[in-house]
Amino acid sequence: MADSQVNSPEPPGGNGWRREYWKRNIRLVTVLLVIWFAVSFGCGILFVEQLNQITVGGFPLGFWVAQQGSIYVFLLLILVYCLYMDRLDKRFGVYEYDDEAGVGTEEGGEA
Amino acid sequence: MSQIQLWTTVFIVLSFGVYMVIAWRSRVRETEGFYVAGHGVPTVANGAAIGADWMSAASFISMAGLIAFLGYDGSIYLMGWTGGYVLLALLLAPYLRKWGKFTVPEFVGDRYSEPVRSLAAVAAILISFTYVVGQMNGGGIVFSRFLNIDIAYGVMIAAVIIFVYAVLGGMKSITWTQVAQYTVLITAYLIPAVAVAQVMTGIPVPQVSFGQILNGLNELSAQLGLEVFTDPFTSRPMVDIFLVTMALMIGTAGLPHVIIRFYTTRTVRGSRYSAFWALFFIALLYTTAPAVGAFTKFNLLEGVNGTATDDLPAWVDNWAATGLVTVNGNADVINSVSNDPAAGADLTVNNDILVLASPEIAGLPAPIVGLVAAGGMAAAMSTAAGLLLVISSAASHDLYFRYFRKTAGDRERLMVGRIAMAAAIVVAVVAGINPPAFVAQVVAFAFGMAAASFFPAIVLGIFWKRCNAVGAGAGMAAGLVLTVGYMLYTLEVFGLQANDHVLGISPEGIGAVGAVVNVLVAVVVSKMTAPPSRYITEMVEGIRYPAKRLEPAEEGGR
Repeated sequence: MADSQVNSPEPPGGNGWRREYWKRNIRLVTVLLVIWFAVSFGCGILFVEQLNQITVGGFPLGFWVAQQGSIYVFLLLILVYCLYMDRLDKRFGVYEYDDEAGVGTEEGGEA
Repeated sequence: MSQIQLWTTVFIVLSFGVYMVIAWRSRVRETEGFYVAGHGVPTVANGAAIGADWMSAASFISMAGLIAFLGYDGSIYLMGWTGGYVLLALLLAPYLRKWGKFTVPEFVGDRYSEPVRSLAAVAAILISFTYVVGQMNGGGIVFSRFLNIDIAYGVMIAAVIIFVYAVLGGMKSITWTQVAQYTVLITAYLIPAVAVAQVMTGIPVPQVSFGQILNGLNELSAQLGLEVFTDPFTSRPMVDIFLVTMALMIGTAGLPHVIIRFYTTRTVRGSRYSAFWALFFIALLYTTAPAVGAFTKFNLLEGVNGTATDDLPAWVDNWAATGLVTVNGNADVINSVSNDPAAGADLTVNNDILVLASPEIAGLPAPIVGLVAAGGMAAAMSTAAGLLLVISSAASHDLYFRYFRKTAGDRERLMVGRIAMAAAIVVAVVAGINPPAFVAQVVAFAFGMAAASFFPAIVLGIFWKRCNAVGAGAGMAAGLVLTVGYMLYTLEVFGLQANDHVLGISPEGIGAVGAVVNVLVAVVVSKMTAPPSRYITEMVEGIRYPAKRLEPAEEGGR
């Protein structure tokens, strides 16, 4: 990280942002995990028999969620998390500007 | 030498050559490079490396075969081995990267205490070792079928190759080799799957097109005395499906060789995106696997249904040589098929061969068969290398230097790490030649242990500042004892007798219960003992924010 960053000493009670940042982080994670559980364990296992009554493209729906749909949802959940956390980091000034672009991998071992 | 042997040799020699070149070019000289590739791996490459590290012989060789015979119930592997990445990305990866050291036990040690670190190191060795045995055996199967050499020699050849590049280059060369191995294994998996989908349904996207054959497959299965493919809960009750899926998910997020990959990125942000790319690369194979399972089973059943035993397709003879396919001597015509030798069906097919045999079963040309063999080897070797690294780092970094040589310099640390890895490989070869159970099952037990030990301890360590060393240690011990105890109770291992499952919970699912017990014990014991020191609370606070705070872009601190 650059040393020139504005790193003013914390004003009195200046850690309020930390609580706020963490609270938002926890809220996001909770929402995403509820969806994670509802799709995989809810639709994929607990209610699979009811959903199997519906057929889409040759697949019984519950079977499809368990073997295909849930995986797509997992992927989407992680993407949403990454994007939302980028926004949150920027907003609270803890975004890492030391970016990945053009990483010199050779330097990794030698540095 | 047959066409298939020739092409297999070509592909295996070619791919091994590529791995060796990469390994040589990325060899390392310092501890940091050896354990975490100098924290310098770009996000997408790390994702591919995690994919290869993660997708083992079990994923590549066994999973589609298991799904073919389990039908819906095979979803435990599909959801269980992908859903864990959500937990990893949301609960572990960014925080562990921010903390940023070498091993998983090291985090546990810093957050809790030295004895807990030692316990974690032993657990890491135990888990990784259980897992590596399956890989060695998977590699051996590939060699013995396609090159007609004994499984024992096959295992040894695979071990020598892994030895060379893992010992030479540590994490750095393992990572870059794994990127190449991912490419080989996914190509090898997708080409035959796409070809079969195109031939059978006219739609070259297996994920979509296997819906077309499900009805026919259900009918064929019923005729040959197998369970209806899409029906749930035919092999396990719902409660067990739930618990096994949960255990595999939590276990995935608790496996040291997976967690450690998130240490290798440059930034916290990079570790989040690594999780995304990892699951993306894994999903390519995992969404294809059920299609491969369904298509192969359909082809297999259609090819043998009502066929006279003298007239069976050529692949049956080829595979009968390995002992993994057997035709019942008393049968004239095939009227029943099973994967269970005890069922006494006319044709018995081992789960583990279906992917390897699928190009032959579908009548695809020899080069594709050879490519699949190289893919299977890539899957087994990439995972084994990642696991061996964990074993070596736990043994040297977390145990040896803590207890014997606290003042060792960088050179000595590196040397001991290499020796530990070499020793681990030797033990893995011996166990790989003589494995305790099916490849996928062996792996499932490693998950139970990881679920019951690491995951709860680490998550509590990040999200609950009040959690202390005594609590975490007691929780891990309780979770492990329950999980391992139940596995020993229900399985026939080490000369013990197998007992009935309690409440329908299988030994694969007990890890989920172990994890809950771990959390409960950790919370109760932590509450009863003194809170952790201020220093530790500050450390936990520190890992929660990715970077030092700059002036916020907007008025963010409101």
